Amino acid sequence: MKRRTLLAASVAALGLASAGAAFAADKTKVGFVFVGPIGDGGWTYEHNEGRLAVEEHFGDAVETIYQESVPEGADAERVLTQMALSGADLIFTTSFGYMDPTLNVAAKFPDVKFEHATGYKRADNVSTYSARFYEGRAVQGTIAGHMTKSNVVGYIASFPIPEVIRGINSAYIHAKKVNPDVEFKVIWAYTWFDPAKEADAANALIEQGADVILQHTDSTAPQAAAEKAGNVITFGQASDMGEYAPMPRVSSIIDNWAPYYIARTQAVIDGSWTSVDTWDGIGAGMVGIGEISSAVPEDVKAEALALKDAIANGSYHPFTGPLKKQDGSDWLAEGETADDGTLAGMNFYVEGITGDIPQ
Amino acid sequence: MLRLEKRPTPSRFWTAATPVLAVLLTMIAGGLLFMILGKDPFAAIRTIFWDPLFNEQFASYSRPQLLVKSGPLILIAIGLSLGFRAGIWNIGAEGQYIIGALCGAGVGLALYPMDAWFIFPLMVIAGALGGLLWAMIPALLKTHFRTNEILVSLLLVYVAEQLLASMALGLMRNPEGGGFPGSRNLQQYPSASNPELIAGTGMHWGIVAAFIAVIASYVLLNRHLLGFQIRLTGQSPRAARFAGVNPNALILFCLGTSGVLAGLAGLFEIAGPAGQVSIDFNQGYGFTAIIVAFLGRLNPIGILLAGLLMGLTYIGGDLAQFMLGLPAAAIQAFQGMLLFFLLGVDVLSNFRIRIGKTEAA
Repeated sequence: MKRRTLLAASVAALGLASAGAAFAADKTKVGFVFVGPIGDGGWTYEHNEGRLAVEEHFGDAVETIYQESVPEGADAERVLTQMALSGADLIFTTSFGYMDPTLNVAAKFPDVKFEHATGYKRADNVSTYSARFYEGRAVQGTIAGHMTKSNVVGYIASFPIPEVIRGINSAYIHAKKVNPDVEFKVIWAYTWFDPAKEADAANALIEQGADVILQHTDSTAPQAAAEKAGNVITFGQASDMGEYAPMPRVSSIIDNWAPYYIARTQAVIDGSWTSVDTWDGIGAGMVGIGEISSAVPEDVKAEALALKDAIANGSYHPFTGPLKKQDGSDWLAEGETADDGTLAGMNFYVEGITGDIPQ
Repeated sequence: MLRLEKRPTPSRFWTAATPVLAVLLTMIAGGLLFMILGKDPFAAIRTIFWDPLFNEQFASYSRPQLLVKSGPLILIAIGLSLGFRAGIWNIGAEGQYIIGALCGAGVGLALYPMDAWFIFPLMVIAGALGGLLWAMIPALLKTHFRTNEILVSLLLVYVAEQLLASMALGLMRNPEGGGFPGSRNLQQYPSASNPELIAGTGMHWGIVAAFIAVIASYVLLNRHLLGFQIRLTGQSPRAARFAGVNPNALILFCLGTSGVLAGLAGLFEIAGPAGQVSIDFNQGYGFTAIIVAFLGRLNPIGILLAGLLMGLTYIGGDLAQFMLGLPAAAIQAFQGMLLFFLLGVDVLSNFRIRIGKTEAA
């Protein structure tokens, strides 16, 4: 019986793990907990691509397991515990809301390594990792500022957390730089993945005159809404969303988790895994910029790519002063760049953005 | 030829047997579904129904989790069943669940970091009142303005969800949370937490409350005049009025009770397994409880069993997903089949199947 052997193997793995020889089992088991379905075409899709890359890289030495559409909260804790019980050696929890459940379960399974995406709480066996998506937003903002004719840029935001606010600020600063008349309209969708809500938000923004739609939600519904409206451009989010190129999708931010997942799995196999906080951007390859399509004029494309290169080689930081906060108070002086602490907890808009962050 | 013949009264045997038959049919149809997906159907069914209870590797953890998952479902479904029996349709238990949780957690968070025995009891009262308050809106609108309680209670769920988001981002946000949404974790605040009562059993106050609700509802329905009035109103509203039942009082009682129980379920969940006020704290217990109420035939004992079965499919479904690589959608389809077959085979309790030619009509 297939299941018998599977169980026997994992029981054996568990036995070995408790005997303190966690890595002596013939296969390293790597678990992934996903917040959306693996076919969302965005966030979860890219994490799953990372999982598949791990499988391909290690072949028979590693077995991966995953669970999709896991609600954030009490259910996540149960799923994580069951994964740990099934003999997983390393578990990636790929959404912000899994933070406390990850910490709770990690405390119960000291021999299992955990990696929590986008969070800020760590432990001896819990690492955190995230990507500097705001670097990609700077490139998007530059293209958006040049491309808009109505000077209204629509932004579908998910939840008012620092990561999302950073993205809005970064895109706005760089759009404003190339087009001083640009105006941002932000709609908070309160979801990471809900095609119906995302399409509604996109349509509402288009009706308000937006001819560029940026999104921080994971589905391709806004792309479809823009395609239907015509003459509206969009950017792929988390994944390339290349099926909507060259119009409406003119470029994208691509999350590339594969190198990180492979490196961390290797560390578990080698026994060299330690708890770290990773925050990589374009330079390290964790954030990719999808091909800028033919709908974008050559000079704009060249400017965007130059900005991308400057960020990648470290010569330019997207948050460089002089910058003021929305209320007019000073934030960064001429030439000063934002420190990671402020960025990680960012809860204010920069000067010029209208509207309030929901409280 | 097959022919349906209406029974004069619903068959007692089939009323009890159809849930079992529905589960069996779900296993067969689900097994076929899993087979088409290229998985071993027997392994899948066993992983869902057997492993959470008896697998030596998981059972010691998942058996208690079964209680944790089923507790709120049973508590809410018991409240709903009273109204459903009387033809009063509270579809918005999810909203009452959220408001109960918010009120209860609000009390706990307001008193942080005070250390006193009375904080948790206060939170329980606040949670019950919160659920009651939210249920009284459709109740009073119905008794005074004849509005439809189905629509009002359902739409109030979305209002409650917005309130929840607002609280998680604003008033109840953890001041030490670095700007991230979500309140302090009540699990880490002993005076306000709803911990496991006996380690390793999953038993917390919410499950105790669920068991009490099952017993109380059984006594109410079978031994008390009010229970008789509820059943009578459901069967014949006109007869009930002649029997002296005050329909408005009954509406207030049924919606109020289901609101209180849903509010309590929310409070016990937020102070226990969930721990914090977060934007997506609610996971649809209020809606799933409607299925549980009907799966359990609106009968307290039936609801207890149906709640446990529903919890089992959730926990077993989780296991099947990552042990066998089944997609989440297949598990949801499997759960949906359960309700579908239950409603489908219900025909057996009301109709007799005759095989043969129609007699002279």
